[in-house]
Amino acid sequence: MAGSARIGVITFPGSLDDRDALRAVELMGGVGVPLWHGDRDLRDVDAVILPGGFSYGDYLRCGAIAGHAPILEEVTGFADRGGPVLGICNGFQILCESGLLPGALIRNRSLRFICRRVMLRVETSRSPITADLVPGELIEVPIKHGEGQFVARDDELRRIESEGQVVFRYAGPDGVTDDAHNPNGSMASIAGVRNPRGNVVGLMPHPEHAVDPDVGPTGGQPLLASLIARAMAGASA
Amino acid sequence: MSAEEPLHRRLGLRDDEFERIVETLGRQPRPAELAMYGAMWSEHCSYKSSKIHLRSLPTQGSAVLVGPGQDAGAVDLGDGWAAVFKMESHSHPSAIEPYQGAATGVGGIVRDIVSMGARPVALLDPLIFGPLTEDRNRWLFEGVVAGIGGYGNCIGVPTVGGETRFAEPHSANPTVDVMCVGFARADDLVTSTSLQAHPGSLMLLYGATTGRDGIGGVSVLASATLDDGEGSRPSVQIGDPFAEKLLIEASLELIERGLLEGLQDLGGAGITCAVSESAARAGLGVRLDLDAVPLREPGMEPFEILTSESQERMLAIVHPSKLEAARAVCDRWGLQVAVIAELEQGGTLTVTHRGEVVAELPATSLTDEGPEYDRPKEAPPSAGGDDPTFATFDGALLGALLAVIASPNVASTRWVWEQYDSFVQGQTVASSGSDAAVVRVPGTMKGVALAADGKGRFGALDPYLGAAHAVAEAARNVAVTGADPLAITNCLNFGNPERPAVMGQFVEAIHGIADACTALETPVTGGNVSFYNETAASAIWPTPVIGMIGVLEDYRLRVPTGFPAGGLAIYLMGETFPELGGSEFAEVVLAMISGRPPALDLGRERALLSFLVEAAADDLLASAHDCSEGGLAVALAEAAIADGHGFAVTISSDLPDHVALFSESASRAVVSVAPDREERMVELALEHGVPVTRLGETGGPRVVFDGMFETTVDELRDAFEGAIPRLLGEAV
Repeated sequence: MAGSARIGVITFPGSLDDRDALRAVELMGGVGVPLWHGDRDLRDVDAVILPGGFSYGDYLRCGAIAGHAPILEEVTGFADRGGPVLGICNGFQILCESGLLPGALIRNRSLRFICRRVMLRVETSRSPITADLVPGELIEVPIKHGEGQFVARDDELRRIESEGQVVFRYAGPDGVTDDAHNPNGSMASIAGVRNPRGNVVGLMPHPEHAVDPDVGPTGGQPLLASLIARAMAGASA
Repeated sequence: MSAEEPLHRRLGLRDDEFERIVETLGRQPRPAELAMYGAMWSEHCSYKSSKIHLRSLPTQGSAVLVGPGQDAGAVDLGDGWAAVFKMESHSHPSAIEPYQGAATGVGGIVRDIVSMGARPVALLDPLIFGPLTEDRNRWLFEGVVAGIGGYGNCIGVPTVGGETRFAEPHSANPTVDVMCVGFARADDLVTSTSLQAHPGSLMLLYGATTGRDGIGGVSVLASATLDDGEGSRPSVQIGDPFAEKLLIEASLELIERGLLEGLQDLGGAGITCAVSESAARAGLGVRLDLDAVPLREPGMEPFEILTSESQERMLAIVHPSKLEAARAVCDRWGLQVAVIAELEQGGTLTVTHRGEVVAELPATSLTDEGPEYDRPKEAPPSAGGDDPTFATFDGALLGALLAVIASPNVASTRWVWEQYDSFVQGQTVASSGSDAAVVRVPGTMKGVALAADGKGRFGALDPYLGAAHAVAEAARNVAVTGADPLAITNCLNFGNPERPAVMGQFVEAIHGIADACTALETPVTGGNVSFYNETAASAIWPTPVIGMIGVLEDYRLRVPTGFPAGGLAIYLMGETFPELGGSEFAEVVLAMISGRPPALDLGRERALLSFLVEAAADDLLASAHDCSEGGLAVALAEAAIADGHGFAVTISSDLPDHVALFSESASRAVVSVAPDREERMVELALEHGVPVTRLGETGGPRVVFDGMFETTVDELRDAFEGAIPRLLGEAV
C-alpha cells in the first residue's frame, strides 16, 4: 500500500520475535522495516518496535545490556520527539532498563517460565497501541516469559496509577482483576505501562503473536492497527 | 578402574580393539590417537552394538530425500520444501545434572538440523521419569523441564510437543529424548553429496571456545552404566543458548550466501568427530593444527582439545577465496572464528600441536572402519503372568475413570508445556495438548504434523509389540489431525547391550519397528541409540520412542482433538477387544503390570489411517482423537475436557463394562461429526473397511455413560488438570 506507515523492528543479538513482529506489522497493513542494534540509523521509520527475546542472552539483567546499544540512543531521541515506541516482552524490559518507562520486571512469582493465553483489560486509550480501544475492553493475547513480574517502588507505583500510566492489566474472562488471573505476580496486575507523554508503551504479552487466527488469538490486531494508524498520523503531520 | 590400567582401557577401548588400532597404524598408537579412537569407537559414536541390526530397518520411500547416515533425515513436503528431522537422547547427562543435561540435549539436536542447512522450526521432548512420589524423581523432572525451557525458549525455536511418562524402572535412569524439525528448500539441503569439498579448502571452527568441559562427555557417559554417576558430573557440558542462537543465524546466513563447501556440527567426540567425518565424507585427508583452536583456558593437552565436547561450536568448510566473506558473517554475529585445518589429497588425518605431529591416521579408520559386534542375545520371555483382562473387578466405574485420568501417564502435562514457548516463529497451528503438533510451512498452505510416542509398558511385556505399537500410535496421532504419515525418526532407549537379555529386547524391538514401518509405509530416516540406561543391573523398560512426521496439504483442514461444539454425533472408529494387558487401568486400578499387550493388526491400522486422512481432506470430521492409554473412556473424557463440551454415550458391548471402557485395543479413534455429514462419514469408513459404531452425542456440561455412570466435565477436568500439580505439592 503506497504511503503506509513504516514500522521499524530492532534486531538485537538474541532477539527472537523480531521476524514475527515484522510479519505481524505487514499482516496489519504496515511496512515492516528491519533495524539492526549496532546501527545508528532508524531508516526513516514512523514507529519503532523493540521485540521479544533474550537480547545479549539476558545474562546481566533482562534488557540491561541492550539499553546501551548504539541504536537505543536513536530510539531515545525518536521518543523525545514524540515518535511512537512499543516494547514487547524483552523490549519492555529494555525500555524500563533504559529509563524510557517506569518500573522493572523481575522473575515470575512461580519462578518458572510461563507460556499461555491471557486476557488483558485495557486501562487507557492514551497510548499508541490503545488509541482505538475503550478502557475496560478485554483482549486475548499470549504471554511467554520467565521475568515478567512488574514491580515499582511505592511512590512510583502511586504515580503510575494516578497519572493513568497503566495501559493493561491481567484480568479474568469477566474483566475482574484478581490473584487467580495474575499469571506472574505483577503489582496491581499490571501487564503494560506507558510514559507520561503517552508515546512510549511497553507490555509483557505478545500482540505480534495475536494477529493471525490460524496460529493464536487475535487480541493483538487492534493494538497493531492502532500503532500503524498513529505512525501514519505522525508521518503526515 | 586403577590408574595402572593400560591407557586404552581407561579410554574405554577393549584389548582386541586396541590390537585392531595397532594393526591399522602398523605401530603403537600415540596417546592422542588412542583418545581419538576411544571417543570415535565408543558405543555412542560408533553404534558398534546396534549397527548390524539397524540395517534391517526399511529406509526407502518416495518421500525420503535423505536417509540414515547423515546428521538428520529429510523428507519431501512438495512445492520444493523439505523437512529435516531427528531425535536424540540426553538421558545420561540428565541423570547426573538434569538442567544442563537436558539443555545441552536441545542444543545438540538443533545443531544437527542446522548442519543440514535447515532452519529449526519445532522441538518435541519425549520424557520418562520415575514416579513423582519420590523426591529425587521430582528433582530430576523439574530440572529437566526447566533445562529444556531454559535453552529452547532462548533460541527462538518453539517447543510444540512430546510426551511425559512415569515408570518405576526409569527412576535411576530417566529417559530424556529430544526431537528437532527444520525446514529448508529441498535444493538447498546440505549433505555430503550436495556440496563438494576440495583439497586446499579450509576448515573454519566458529562459535564458542573450546574448554575442558565435557572431556569425554557424552561419548563416555553414554557408553557405560552410571553406577558411578556422581563422579561423572564434570563430564556434563554447560549450555549457552545465546551463543546457540547466534550460531543458528550465522550458519544459515553462510549457507544462504553460498559460502560453504560443507558444514558439520560439533557434538559427541568434538573436533575429532567433526574433522574426521568431514574429511572422510569428502574422500580427502586433512591437516589439523590444534594451536589454531581458540581455547577457553591455557595448557590444554592435545587429547583434551581433540575430544572436548564444549557446546555451541560448528565446523564449516570454505574455499580460500570465500574465507573473508565467511569471516565477515561470523563477525557480524559476534562469533569467534578460526581456521583450524586444511583439506588435502589422500585420506590421512594429521594433527599437529606446537609444531609436532601428535596424530597421523586414516580418517576413515575413525569413522567407517570401527568395530561392529553381533552381541549375544537371549529371546525375551514370552509375555506372561496373570492377564488383567480376566481379573475380577467390582469397583465403581466412575472411581476407576477418575483414577485413570489422574494417573500421571494420562493426566494433563500442562505443568510441563506451559514452561515452553510454543508461539515463537508464528507458525504453530497446534501444539501440546493436541494428539499431534501442526506447524505451517511458511509461504504455503501446508502443515507438518509431528508426534512422538513410546510404549514402555507394552515393551516391558513384549518388546516386539511395544515397538510396533509405538510406530502405530505415532502414525495414528498424526493421522487424527488429518495429516498423511510420511516417515519416522527414533530414539531407541535400552539397558546394557552387553547383557544378552537386553540385546534380545533390542533385536525384537527393531523387528517391531521394521514390520510396522514397512506396513504403514513410513520409512526410517535416522535416529539414535541410547544404551546403558541401567544401574546395578536394573534396566529401564525397553522403550523405542518414535518421532513421526506427516503432511497436511491444507493446514486449515486440521482436525482438532477435542469436541468443538454440542450437537455432534460421536463415533468409535475401530473395534474394542478384551485387551487389558499392559493397560493404564491394569496398572492404576488393578496394580497389575502383566499379561499380553493388545494385538496389533497392521492392516487394520493402515485402513484407519487412510480413512482418517481422507475424511479430514473431505472436511467430514469435527474432531478426532486417538484412543490409546486409558482406552475409550479416557479418549471420550479428554475430547470433552478440551473445549468443555460434555456428552452422552451408550457403550453396548458383549464385554464386561470395565473392559469395554478401559481396554487399550489398537487401531481406534473417537471422532465427532456434524449431523449432515454422518452418512458420508459412515460410507467412507465402510469403503476403507473400518468398523464404525455410533456412541452418542456431544453437548452440555454433563458426561453420561448410559446405564453405567454419570459425571461432569468439570469433575473430569479437575482430576485431569490437577493431578501433576498435586503430586508436586502445588495448590491447584
